[in-house]
Formats: sequence, C-alpha cells, structure tokens
Amino acid sequence: MPVMRYREALNAALREEMQRDEDVFIMGEDIGVFNGAFKVTNGLLKEFGEKRVRDTPISENTIVGMGVGAAMTGLRPVVELMTINFSLLAMDQIVNHAATIHYMFGGQVRVPLVVRMPQGAGHQLGPTHSHSWEALYLHVPGLLVAVPSTPEDAKGLLKAAIRDDNPVIFIEHEYLYGQRGDVPEDEDFVADFGQAAIRREGDDVTIIGISRMAVTAQKAAEQLAQEHEVEAEVIDPRTLRPLDLDTIVKSVEKTNRAIIVEEGWPHGGVGANLAALIQEQAFDYLDAPVARVTGADLPMPYSKPLEQIAFPHEPQVVEAVLATFRDV
Amino acid sequence: MATRAESKKKDREDLPERDDARAWLRQMMLIRRFEERAGQMYAKAKVGGFLHLAIGEEATIVGAVRALRDEDYLISTYRSHGHALARGTSPDNVMAELFGKVDGTSGGRGGSMHIFDVGRRFMGGYGIVGGNLPLAAGMALSSDYQGTDDVTLCVFGDGASNQGTFGETLNLAALWKLPVVFMVTNNQFGMGTSLERHSAVTDLHRRGEGFGVPGMTCDGMDVVDTHPVIGEAVARARDERQPILVEAITYRFRGHSMADPEEYRTKEQVEEWRKKDPIEAFAQRLEEAGHLEEGEQDKLDEEVVAQIDEAVQFADESDFPPPESLYDDIYVLGGQVKGWYSVDERSAGVHKGEDEREMAGELGARSQLHAETARELDKKDTKADDGEDSDTAENTDRGDLPKESADSDGANQSPGG
Repeated sequence: MPVMRYREALNAALREEMQRDEDVFIMGEDIGVFNGAFKVTNGLLKEFGEKRVRDTPISENTIVGMGVGAAMTGLRPVVELMTINFSLLAMDQIVNHAATIHYMFGGQVRVPLVVRMPQGAGHQLGPTHSHSWEALYLHVPGLLVAVPSTPEDAKGLLKAAIRDDNPVIFIEHEYLYGQRGDVPEDEDFVADFGQAAIRREGDDVTIIGISRMAVTAQKAAEQLAQEHEVEAEVIDPRTLRPLDLDTIVKSVEKTNRAIIVEEGWPHGGVGANLAALIQEQAFDYLDAPVARVTGADLPMPYSKPLEQIAFPHEPQVVEAVLATFRDV
Repeated sequence: MATRAESKKKDREDLPERDDARAWLRQMMLIRRFEERAGQMYAKAKVGGFLHLAIGEEATIVGAVRALRDEDYLISTYRSHGHALARGTSPDNVMAELFGKVDGTSGGRGGSMHIFDVGRRFMGGYGIVGGNLPLAAGMALSSDYQGTDDVTLCVFGDGASNQGTFGETLNLAALWKLPVVFMVTNNQFGMGTSLERHSAVTDLHRRGEGFGVPGMTCDGMDVVDTHPVIGEAVARARDERQPILVEAITYRFRGHSMADPEEYRTKEQVEEWRKKDPIEAFAQRLEEAGHLEEGEQDKLDEEVVAQIDEAVQFADESDFPPPESLYDDIYVLGGQVKGWYSVDERSAGVHKGEDEREMAGELGARSQLHAETARELDKKDTKADDGEDSDTAENTDRGDLPKESADSDGANQSPGG
C-alpha cells in the first residue's frame, strides 16, 4: 500500500469522487487559485476547472447554505470551511437547514452535502482558530459526524461522506494533515460510517480517543505497556454519528475500565456523552468510574507553554488510566 | 441598468386575457379564503404553533408565481400557504399540514411555517428569517451547473433584508451570475418593527446596487403590475444569467401572526391599506373590462369557499402521524450507513429509545384528546367563527397559549418540552 500524508489522502478522495461523479463539486475560501489554506485541494482547480472547484467570498453561512440548496436539487457539494471556528458563522445553515430539511419536509428531499473543516490546537493560533468542536455537531440529529485520525480513514471516510445521502460534518485535524500512513489505492475503497477501529488490543482498560486524540491514546497505551504493565485497548470511533457503541461496550465488558480522551471542552463534550452511554449500557461491568481526559475548559491561549498544557498529551492519559486502578 | 422600475406603472397595466384574468382572481380569492379559514381553525385550536397569514398580500403571490414556468424553483418563508396554493398544491394537503396530519404537505412534520411540495418545485417555507436566500442561490447554482434554463424565485420579507445572508447571497449570486430573482415582499413591517424603524435605506430595491444586483419595484397590491415586473425579472435572470432584486410594496391586513395585538400600527393605517384590497380592486377592473359579469364574483366565492370546506373536512378526517413514525426521515438510511445510535435502530433493549416511543404514544393520545376537545368546541360554534374578530389570542379558545413576542418568535413548542 502506498504511504500518503493525511492531506494527500483527502486530496485523493476528492479527486477520485470528482472523477467518478460529475455531480460532485467543491467550493470554499481559497480552495482554487490558492490551492487550499491547508493544501488539501492542491491541484484540483487545474484538473477540474472553475465550474467544479469554486473559490468563494468569505461568507461561510451563505457558502454552506448554497451547498444545501444545490444538494436539494441534485448536486453533491463538498464545502470547505477554513477552520471549525469559522463554521459557527454557518451554524444556522448547518443546524436549522442542512440537518433539518429532510425531516421537516417529510422526506421529500435529501441533502447530500459534505462540510469539511479542520480543528485542533498546537499551532499557536489562539482563541479563534484552535478549538475542537465535534461535540457541537454530535449534538445535532440529522447530521453525520466523521472524525478521521489516519490517512486511510481520511480517504475512506471522505469518499463515503461524499457518496452518502445525508449531510456530513467532516472534521479533519490540523496536526494530522502532515502525518503519513498506508492508504489503499483502490478507487472503490470506502470506509464504513458507524464502524469503530480497534487501534490496539488489550485486556486491562479501554481508551477511546477522538480525532487526533486517537493517536495520543495509542502513544499513551504503548507507554502504559512498557512502563506500567497495563495493556490498554484503544478504540477510535472514527464517526460519532452514527456511533459504533457495540464495539465500545464490548471492549468495556472485557476490560471493565473506560477512559475517553478528547481535545474539546469537558462540559457537554463527547466524553460526557460516551460516559453516560457506557454507564447506561455496561454499568455492571465497570470496576471504576468512567474517566475523561479533555481539553482545558477555556478559550485556547496563544502562548506556546500555555497552549501546550491546554490540551491532552500522553502523560495526562497515562495518569488518568493509572488513577482508575488506584481509585478502586 | 435601465430597469422596468423606471418606467411608469401605467405602461404595464394591460389586463391579462379573460380566462387568465379570471383564474388569477379565483386564485387570489382561494388564498384569501384559505387564510381566513386557517385563522378560524387556529382559533379553534386545530392549528398549533404560529400561524402567519398573507391576507392583503395575495397579488404579490399570484402575480409572482404565475410568472414562473413549472420547472422554475420557488422558495418562500414562513408565510407561504399562498405560494403553495398558487403553485398548484391542493388546499387539502396544505390544510392537513396545518392540522399536523399525515396527509399534510410535509406529513405533519413542518406545520404552517414549513410547507413543501417537491413535485411542483415549491422548495419550501422556512422559519428562519433570511435563511432561504442562500438555499435559493444554491438552487440557481444547480440549474446553472446542470445546464438548464430554470430560474429560482426567492421570496422573503423586508425584515430579511437586514440579515447577513441578504448581502452575502446577493454578492455571490451576482459574482457567479446565477439565475435567481430575489423578491422582497415589503409589507412595511419586520414583525412589529416598521420599515423606517428597521432600515436606513427604505427603498429596498436599491439595496442590491452595491452588490451589482439591479433593482425593480412593483405595486404589490396590484396583480396586474406585479405579474409583468416579476415576469421581466425572471426573463432577465433566465436570458442574461444574472440575479435581479424586485421590491413588491404591499401590506398585510392581519397581524404578523395570530398572536399579535398589533400595538405598533394604527387602525387608521390598516383601514387606508384595506381600501387598496388587491382582490376587490382587481375584481372591479375585470367587471369594468367585461371579463367578469355582475354577481360572478359571488359565484366564484361560493366555489372557493366550498373548496376550503372540503380542505377542512379532508384535514379533519386525515390521521395524525402514528407515534412509531417519530424517528422516520431523520436520516436517509441504507447502504453503508449503519450502527445508528440515538436514532432508532439501537433503541431496543437497554436504550431509552423505548421510553421515548412510549412517551410518543402518550403524546399521541393527548393530541387525540386535544382534537376531540377542539371538535366539542366546534359544535358549540363560538364567535371565533367570525374570523376577523379572532386575530389575537385573547379572544379565542387559545388564550392559554403562550403569546408570541420578539424573543419567542420561531420558538419551537415541542410537545412536553
């Protein structure tokens, strides 16, 4: 299998789907002439032309809304927003329109729209460019939410998202864009939504890592094995809606401990939601309270030392895992 | 940028052909009677939520919709019963939607604010002010992309012209040369805030100039004026591939919604506008032109009233959606998408979904009770039947319902919520 960077895998997914289906087009700020703020759309304007690779003004709500309108009338738009922070400007079109229209109109039309955007801290972009908000979109019935953490999933899930008939919030991660990994070349390779990946098997504790934190969780798991003789099972849900709760519950039934690691805020976060689900469904199996490791409960600071301690790293995960053993 | 708006109104005052003219009149009368009856049904608690009536605005609706081809897209707001009717949707299904019944245009999911008829390319009523503008541009983009010459007509109110989507969408539509007509139905008020209190520039058709969108105006109280102006705008959008902004100046005779005490305007002002009643004025001109015999309007009225009677009966007899349909159509299911949680399929067993279903059943029963109570009240034949007197919540059987206010407009009255 060829090795690709995460951004190249996304680029390949867009290219393949645009080649496969004339109705697929992409639009967003600086995705064409500029080749994308994070170079995900590199070369696509040249290959597909201005009709299908559309640079837009800086008008997030309207770009997404036009995607909704185009999706309702037969096209399959992929809208790029420069960061997840900017998606809040489009919240009305995403929540009140994209997510609602199929239900509100009794199933008369579909909204096969993909909204792609990166999230995440680590580049010193301060409090308006660095947040992780999968929880905001997870909250909304009618949306699908994907949080790929590997180049393979980036490609497979984006292709699936484009082919799906529902609106998909596709959350990439700025840190991951440069990461390499094996990616299937097969143009028919499509990842399943609602299928978690077990990144590492283990019997002692289940660590569920969201987005980039799936990577952090794996590193922490290696450390736990080497330094603490704890074998952690690491699960990457890959999509939050639909959620593969079966894989998570099955793992917890085996390990009796669960930790959720996410970069987003703690209150009302993905971890809060998963903790509730796990205790609803696997309460009798738990030997310790479900634990969470989350981003700090504050707007992301700019200064590097502050930023670095404001989102989780391996040591916090290791410590949280060990605490579940001590507390019992 | 010479526009029709600059020509004198009298230049375009040719009456349509006799049959067309009579059809226009009948359609305006149908909308009027539908709206009046909807108001009465609201007073009897058969219609829930908010109800926004377009009485007084019939010429803007019929004049505009009749200027479209069948393949053109039409998209409107929360005041859109008339647009659906003018597009050809049966009053039966629109009334059933108001009643929250399965035979409603949206199967009872949308209600009065969210009428939709994909078969007639009526692409929806929308509850978010200004929310439909980007959608309209997206539809026009589809037409352009697919190489068709369909036009999208996007109707919104004067209030929506102050939303960010107005400027964003006009700019993008002009930039991308999209075949879309933006029709601002200027009924003088954004809910209860008058035009001069919400807009620095009150000539709304001028507000596209800075975005490269030419403006036109029409007398929205006069169907004979509205029709050719929208017709010209649609033709230009179709042929010249560019958006046009049309301001239709009109007035709603009723409140913003049924729960509107109308403290922001005087009775005298309403009376002045009522003198320009678009239906009466048009009927009179048809009589003068010999298109309508004396007494024929009464006969037409009997016809449309009978049609509305049937619509009410249809809506009454239609079923409420069954509780087990609660989760239908949240997602398009099938193919690779699996593993749902909090949707439905995982609900069996441990998930609370079963409780939700049970609760839905109880709510269903309560709705049934509600409907039965309404029928009882119906029999008592309260004075709410007079319609015109039942504008506000206070003098109806719905006095116990929350009153609409600035900060509750659009709020969802979800059952049990």
